[in-house]
Amino acid sequence: MVGLMVDAPAAESDKSAVDAFLQGGESLRHAPGPYFGSYGGRWMPESLIAALDELEDTFEKAKADPEFTAQIAELNKNYSGRPSLLTEAKRFAEHAGGVRIFLKREDLNHTGSHKINNVLGQALIAKRMGKTRVIAETGAGQHGVASATAAALMGLECVVYMGAEDCRRQSLNVARMELLGATVIPVTSGSQTLKDAINEALRDWVANVDNTHYLLGTAAGAHPFPAMVRYFHEVIGEESRAQILAQTGRLPDAVCACIGGGSNAIGMFHGFLDDPSVKIYGFEAGGDGVETGRHAATISLGKPGVLHGARSYLMQDDDGQTIESHSISAGLDYPGVGPEHSYLADIGRVSYEPITDSEAMEAFRLLCRTEGIIPAIESAHALAGAMKVGQRLAAEDKAAGTAAGKAAGKGTDKIVVVNLSGRGDKDVATAAEWFDLLDKDSPEHEIAKEGEKL
Amino acid sequence: MSGVQNLTSTSKSAASIDRAKAQGRAALIGYLPAGYPSVEDTIAAGIALAENGADLIEIGIPYSDPVMDGHVIQAATTEALAKGFHVRQVFDIVRGITSQTDAAVLVMTYWNPVVRLGVDEFSRQLAEAGGAGLITPDLIPDEAAEWMAASDKYGLDRVFLVAPSSSPERMKRTVEASRGFVYAVSIMGVTGARSSVSTAAKDVVAAAHAAGAERVCVGLGVSNADQVREIAAYADGVIVGTALVVAIGDGGVDAVASLTKDLSTGLTREEA
Repeated sequence: MVGLMVDAPAAESDKSAVDAFLQGGESLRHAPGPYFGSYGGRWMPESLIAALDELEDTFEKAKADPEFTAQIAELNKNYSGRPSLLTEAKRFAEHAGGVRIFLKREDLNHTGSHKINNVLGQALIAKRMGKTRVIAETGAGQHGVASATAAALMGLECVVYMGAEDCRRQSLNVARMELLGATVIPVTSGSQTLKDAINEALRDWVANVDNTHYLLGTAAGAHPFPAMVRYFHEVIGEESRAQILAQTGRLPDAVCACIGGGSNAIGMFHGFLDDPSVKIYGFEAGGDGVETGRHAATISLGKPGVLHGARSYLMQDDDGQTIESHSISAGLDYPGVGPEHSYLADIGRVSYEPITDSEAMEAFRLLCRTEGIIPAIESAHALAGAMKVGQRLAAEDKAAGTAAGKAAGKGTDKIVVVNLSGRGDKDVATAAEWFDLLDKDSPEHEIAKEGEKL
Repeated sequence: MSGVQNLTSTSKSAASIDRAKAQGRAALIGYLPAGYPSVEDTIAAGIALAENGADLIEIGIPYSDPVMDGHVIQAATTEALAKGFHVRQVFDIVRGITSQTDAAVLVMTYWNPVVRLGVDEFSRQLAEAGGAGLITPDLIPDEAAEWMAASDKYGLDRVFLVAPSSSPERMKRTVEASRGFVYAVSIMGVTGARSSVSTAAKDVVAAAHAAGAERVCVGLGVSNADQVREIAAYADGVIVGTALVVAIGDGGVDAVASLTKDLSTGLTREEA
């Protein structure tokens, strides 16, 4: 743990907040920002404050405008393909203590992940503000591809910032963005990773804010981004809640999602925050293992700080310099996390736990083999977490010897909903390398060897 | 804002700017990244700045995510970090310069390193080292409650930024929260030398003065004596960064001294 500050989230200090909530006190849904407890805010250059004010104002008015909400609903339905399915994973569930597991199929959305929900919303907001250009950051390319897609659909110029190393390793995703009409700019500053792509996008935004909207890809950053990005992803949790009620007649016992910046998770969690019987779990990237220092378990091991506009948990050294994160999953490979997650961690409403690369890849293989679904490696972290949660719930039931469990004939009748945030087509090269499926002299093997996040 | 007015008299930055004003000129503020190319060089270059015409010195803390900096300063601070620069060394640099010169020495820092050390502890050590205050590119008054308290407690200047995009309300609020001077961002963009200074700078300075600022200094894009002369005609101080970073990188402390001497020829107002 060299140079890394370790502090457990201060769950006790905010105990009263979660108690009040559990006793039917204040709702945790629709938190408007700018602050989530002591997190969030606007730690941003003054030059960008006017743009953030304009964005907040436009977003607030849009939310209240039936024409806008109808536009979003129409795009979700007829472009993205929503509602996404809720699929019971019966064979997979046998490996999770015998609980029932349901997968929220964000992998079936257009472009293959939850990202489309946010980019369509923000692109519409950009148009309402009269902006003609959008910029975005991307790690492996998923948000970049989604942004390029939305920009093409709405006739906006699109520039995507991407670490130079990621561009090289993800040349097919670069080509995808270019096919969609976007310009991809390799970022060579700093550590040349996702966080530096965000830095470069912010520098572009400062200089071009008159005609440009920064289409941030996750529920982090300065207000109003965390609340706005969550708003566009709330559809995940709302659909899931209605679908699980329709399919099982009751609420789930637990909900699971993976956490990088945390946008798919906050959208899923939002549907269940006010249901006290539903336990909520966020699974961070444990990389090589949290004890190795090579991970992206921001809430589990970070300390509060400010980065990219928000106060939140942050992987940082004793000097407050950002520490580079590590994960097999590019989408979780970020040293920060959305501020609302930090708050939900502190008050104890959501439990955040790390999942190692190995655990995620085991769950990845298991889902492929048991359900015929290739998940994104990001989502495989949620699947691995759900297996642990399922086993715990089953053990609790066994200890209690519940009648319902016995009636179900397998010792438990617990239900777990997992957000399958994206499909794994993009991860085939990484997985093939991990499971040693490539010929030693194939070009794919050569490419895969070069990076952990192909 | 009577508190601000009372404390103005103790502001080291204000005193330096007022001294220049009494000489019929604008103040020159020079920026150096701490630890580039070494801590010793930063101290020597700071002293050279002061001896060759700079009234205030701005020492930047290298940070992993400098969103307001252009390529030249990023490259310098990345190098300083790679060589093992630690935040606590900035206090050695401030002490090294203030013990040898009369120039006011401010620290320019992104906010997270201050948060990590603790706002009060950082302020205490800065004051102890003889520092004048902080310039905070990613801290706005809205989020600055802790810093307002600590800067009052230790008598430090708090230099917030105002920009061409600042609304009149924000301009007023930021001017009222500031002490020492207000940093007017000349253009919508990041640090880096530019061939001409945008006309927006003059408007920002006028707006800040109109909002009650006694001292407004202009930064971003200023790299030569002609630009200094242009800005000195309407601003209370001129901030030069990237050009000095290039100078110390290419020609060391001597180059900083000669560039400073040259820049200072632009300070005298023609009508004065």
